[in-house]
Amino acid sequence: MESALKAAFPFIVYLVAILLAFQGVLMIVAYTVLAERKVLGWIQGRIGPNRVGPWGLLQPFADLLKFILKEDIVPDKSTKFVYFLAPLVALTAALMPIVVYPFGPRIADPLGWLVPYVAGSGAFGDAIVWIAEQARNMPLTIARIDVGVLYVLGVTSVGVYGIALAGWSSNSKYSLMGGLRSSAQMISYELAMGASVIGVVMLSGTLDLNGIIAAQINSPFRWFIIPQILGFIVFLISAFAETNRVPFDLPEAETELVAGFHTEYSALKFALFFMAEYVNMFTVSVMCTVLFLGGWYVPGLGHILEPGSIAYAVVSHFAFIAKVCSFLFLYIWVRGTLPRFRFDQLMNFGWKFLLPLALANVILTTIAVYFLYR
Amino acid sequence: MAASVLFFIFAGFAIASAISMVYHKNPLYSAISLIGVFLSLSSIYLLLAAPFIAIVQVLIYAGAIMVLVVFVIMLLNLDEDRPINRLRHLYAAGGGLGIVLLLQTLFIFYAVIRTPNHQVEADKTVGNTLSIGQAMFTEYLLPVEIVGVLLLMAIIGGVVLSRRLDQPEIELVVNKELERRKEEEAKKEPRIAF
Repeated sequence: MESALKAAFPFIVYLVAILLAFQGVLMIVAYTVLAERKVLGWIQGRIGPNRVGPWGLLQPFADLLKFILKEDIVPDKSTKFVYFLAPLVALTAALMPIVVYPFGPRIADPLGWLVPYVAGSGAFGDAIVWIAEQARNMPLTIARIDVGVLYVLGVTSVGVYGIALAGWSSNSKYSLMGGLRSSAQMISYELAMGASVIGVVMLSGTLDLNGIIAAQINSPFRWFIIPQILGFIVFLISAFAETNRVPFDLPEAETELVAGFHTEYSALKFALFFMAEYVNMFTVSVMCTVLFLGGWYVPGLGHILEPGSIAYAVVSHFAFIAKVCSFLFLYIWVRGTLPRFRFDQLMNFGWKFLLPLALANVILTTIAVYFLYR
Repeated sequence: MAASVLFFIFAGFAIASAISMVYHKNPLYSAISLIGVFLSLSSIYLLLAAPFIAIVQVLIYAGAIMVLVVFVIMLLNLDEDRPINRLRHLYAAGGGLGIVLLLQTLFIFYAVIRTPNHQVEADKTVGNTLSIGQAMFTEYLLPVEIVGVLLLMAIIGGVVLSRRLDQPEIELVVNKELERRKEEEAKKEPRIAF
């Protein structure tokens, strides 16, 4: 019994960690929707929703209830299986990168303070002592994949299917055009996004997200945004295009294509697409933070708090969340400010400007790394 | 032990997706089944301690090549395959060849089981990105460069073959429109402004 529990312990830890991270991301996404409506309102000279709860803070729950209770309309001539599959693919591909996010630094001894209280008090105490021993040097990442950056890029490129299949299976002209345009835009800007990450990977020598943060801690620049400012700009612009956000949101602009690929989706399936878009925003903001802004690393915090302590981990985690939220605010700010690209302008910009710029960044970084580190 | 269970799960899913790909008449369902095959193959690569290949399989095959195939299916609006005349006499030939293939597969199983020492230890340093990169740029540099030139040839060929030869110059069309509008403006009565 005891050895079975000990063997199953890592899986229990994984399960709990995944549930916590999933819950956290969904909460952040729900409140990003509210933040978008309020910030857009302030930019446009009005206040956003403020009826449901103080300051509108319970609005996401009202929205969720509305989505669940709405009538579910399915177009008659649609391809039913693909029609139902598409939002699931979009949301799953958007949520899968959660497992590689580095939420914080390693905690050296998270449960050590508990041991003196429970030591020697029977089987339960022994279990706590054993768990405390297992939890030493606990990383705050769910899965430390060696190829973390490639994993995120690969899974977001599978997310293109959700949009393409949704557009096609709705059996409607607007959906098809919107879906094709949206997927063409996404796969074009994936190239620039991947190429802009190469510079960061060269400077850190690893594809592992925790390794990239460690490289930023050890580098004289502290945050890679300083040597890789060109890569950062290319990555940020590609990120806007990847997530179909303004100024690249022609595929879902109301005046152009009714609602693009999700025209024919109602109620909960639309809510899944909506959530997938915001989770994609969150993913890309986390990637920006980790690759260019040092993730959870706050320069100088190691002198104030002791690295490896719980306080350091908590403050670093909040710093990480603050950086991610500032990128989400940037998304919303840009949405309220800029007009949108026409589709041919969009494709020209991606292929003829951003991709060569990203490749130029790769060449410059290669030259710099060769001469500085040989 | 867990690796064997996982292998059978992923292999079963791969085989089921492959059968589904061949079975469906609707080409889009076949494409989706092929994506399922690639994803399960990627999981099997992970079980073989090749994380880079697994991720690149998802990134390139499932994420780029199959997107292209799905685009083609959607844009060409391919109808479902409808067999018009069934060549019944070929069923026997197909069945016979299938039985031959099955016998060959059983023979391979038999040979593998009879071979001693078929436990392969996964060398942990071979599949990761660092070793692949090092091998690519030292021992296998020439093949990598040749593959690069081949891809460049394919891209240039694609661009050349798909250019339009008979589209009128856009500037000419725009100039004609501008001239037409100027003539219309000149013909109109001048408006009196109050």
